[in-house]
Amino acid sequence: MKIEAVNENTCIVYFGDRITDDNAGLVKQAAEAIRQDMADVVTDLVPSYTSVLVCYDAVKMDRFGIATRLRQTLTRSERESQMDDASTTIELPVYYDPEVGLDLDDVCKYAGLGRDDVVRIHSEQTYRVYAIGFSPGFAYLGITDQRIALPRKATPRQKVPTGSVGIAGSQTAIYPSSTPGGWQIIGRTPKKMIDWDSESLALVAVGDRVQFRSIDRQEYIDLGGNFDEL
Amino acid sequence: MSFEVLDAGMLALLQDSGRYGYQHIGVTTGGPMDEHAFFWANRLLGNATNAAQIEINIGRLGLLAHADTYIALTGADLGARINGKEVTPWRTFQIQRGDRIEFGMPVAGLRAYIAVAGGLKPATKLGSCATVVREGLGGLDGRGQKLAKGDRLEFDRSELQSGASLPPQEIPDYQKVLSLGVIPCYQYQHFSPSERMTFFSGTYEVSQRIDRMGYRLTGDPIHSDLDGIISEGIAYGAIQVPSDGQPIVLMKDRQTIGGYPKIGCLSALDAGQLAQRGPGALVRFYLSDVADAEAQRAIFNHKLKTGNRLLAN
Repeated sequence: MKIEAVNENTCIVYFGDRITDDNAGLVKQAAEAIRQDMADVVTDLVPSYTSVLVCYDAVKMDRFGIATRLRQTLTRSERESQMDDASTTIELPVYYDPEVGLDLDDVCKYAGLGRDDVVRIHSEQTYRVYAIGFSPGFAYLGITDQRIALPRKATPRQKVPTGSVGIAGSQTAIYPSSTPGGWQIIGRTPKKMIDWDSESLALVAVGDRVQFRSIDRQEYIDLGGNFDEL
Repeated sequence: MSFEVLDAGMLALLQDSGRYGYQHIGVTTGGPMDEHAFFWANRLLGNATNAAQIEINIGRLGLLAHADTYIALTGADLGARINGKEVTPWRTFQIQRGDRIEFGMPVAGLRAYIAVAGGLKPATKLGSCATVVREGLGGLDGRGQKLAKGDRLEFDRSELQSGASLPPQEIPDYQKVLSLGVIPCYQYQHFSPSERMTFFSGTYEVSQRIDRMGYRLTGDPIHSDLDGIISEGIAYGAIQVPSDGQPIVLMKDRQTIGGYPKIGCLSALDAGQLAQRGPGALVRFYLSDVADAEAQRAIFNHKLKTGNRLLAN
C-alpha cells in the first residue's frame, strides 16, 4: 500500500500495479473502510482497479493528517478482512439477440463460434466490478474469456442504447444511459444500472461480483425491457 | 421574487460549490470553474459559502428583476450593464424591481458570476444544483439544463446593511500570462528530466478545445515512458498527457477516472485562473508542491473568513 499526495485536498492510495481479482478485493475493502471510519473528513472517493482516490476537507486536515488516518483505517480493515470475503454477487438478466445485440454476430465471427456458445461463454462465469466511471454507473467488469474478447469498434457509435451489454477486449460493461461508445454490443439488460430515485443510486459497486443470466425475448419484455433507441 | 431570463446567452449555468460524495458511481462534481470568483461573490453579500449562483460562460445573458434585491458580480468582465449603464465586477449592486441586468462579450476573462443576496433557490439533485449538462444533473429543475429564455430564478427577500467591493489587490488580472504551479504527483516520475525541462521551460497556448471538462493546451510536446496506465481517479486540476504530447488540464466536469499518464496537478485556485483564459492565452508552468498549494488555500480561506476588514466601500 502506497499513499501519495495529489493536490491540497486529494491523495491517492495504490494497492498494486496489476489488474487482478485480489487487488480489486483490496480496493473494495479499502473504500468501505474509509467510508465507514473517515466520514468526518473524507468528501469523495474514487475506487478504481488498483487504487482509491481520496478527497478530503483540507480545512480539517492536512496531507500528513490524512495519511496517518488512512494508514490506521486500512491497517485495521486488512486485519479484520482476513476472516470474511463478503463480496455481493448481483445477477443481471440479459437478452442476447441481434435484435438488441447490435454486434453479437461480429463477436461470433471473431470467435468462430455460434451464438449459443458466445452467450454461454459470456454468461457462465462471474465478473468482478473493477471500476465505475466514464458516465454515472458505467461499470467496467473483468475478465472476459479470451475467445470472445473482441477489441472495441474502430469507429464508436454516436449513441449506444441504455442497458446495452458490451465487450471491449478483456472487459465487459453495461451502458447505464444512452451515450456515445465503442464497445461491441451483444445484448441488453432490462435492469436499471443507475436510478436517481433509488437509495443506492447505482446497482453495482466497485468490487462487487456480477453474473449474467441469459433470458428470452418474452422474459426481457416481462422484466420491463424495451426496444427504444435502436 | 425572481429573476426572469430574457436572453439565455451561450452557456449560463446554475452552480453551487459542487456535487460531492458521488464520484464512486461515476458522478462528477461540477461546480464553479473559478472558485476564487465564486466564493468572493457569496462573501460580498454575506451569503452562505455554498449559495447557488449563475455562472455565465463566454458571454451574454439578460435578466429582468421582478423584485428588489442585491447582487454581487465577480469574475470575468463581460461588459455588464444594469439598465443600460456599464458596471464593473467585484462589487455588490442594489437592484430594484424592473431593473435589467445584461452581459455582453468578454472584455477580460471568460466566466462571470452573479450571486443574489440569500442565494438562488433551484431544485437540488444528489444534494447540489451544480449543472452538469452531460450527466443531466443539476440546474433549475434538476435535469442538467442550462438556463433558457423564460426561466424564473427564485430568491428570498434579503436585507443588506451596506454595499461591498473587493480591494484591488485581491482582483486577478485575467489578461496577464498565467504562471501555474504544478504539484508533482501521479506519473511525474515517468517523465524524464529532459521532458520535464521541456514542460517547465515552454510556453503553452490555450487551444480552441476548451470546455467545462478540460482545457487542451498546445505547445512543445512532452512524453512519458508509459503507453497508458491502469485507469485511476482524476483529481480536479490534474494534467493529463495523451500520446500526442499536448497537455490537457482536467476541470470541474471531468470524467471521474481516466487512463492517460499525468505529469502532475494544479491547485484548485490555479485551475480556476486557467478557467478564465480563452483560446490564444499563454500559460507557463513551474514546479510547485503540495505544501505551497495548502498554504495558498489557507491564505485564501483566511481572507474569505476575515473579509470584513478587506471589503471596502
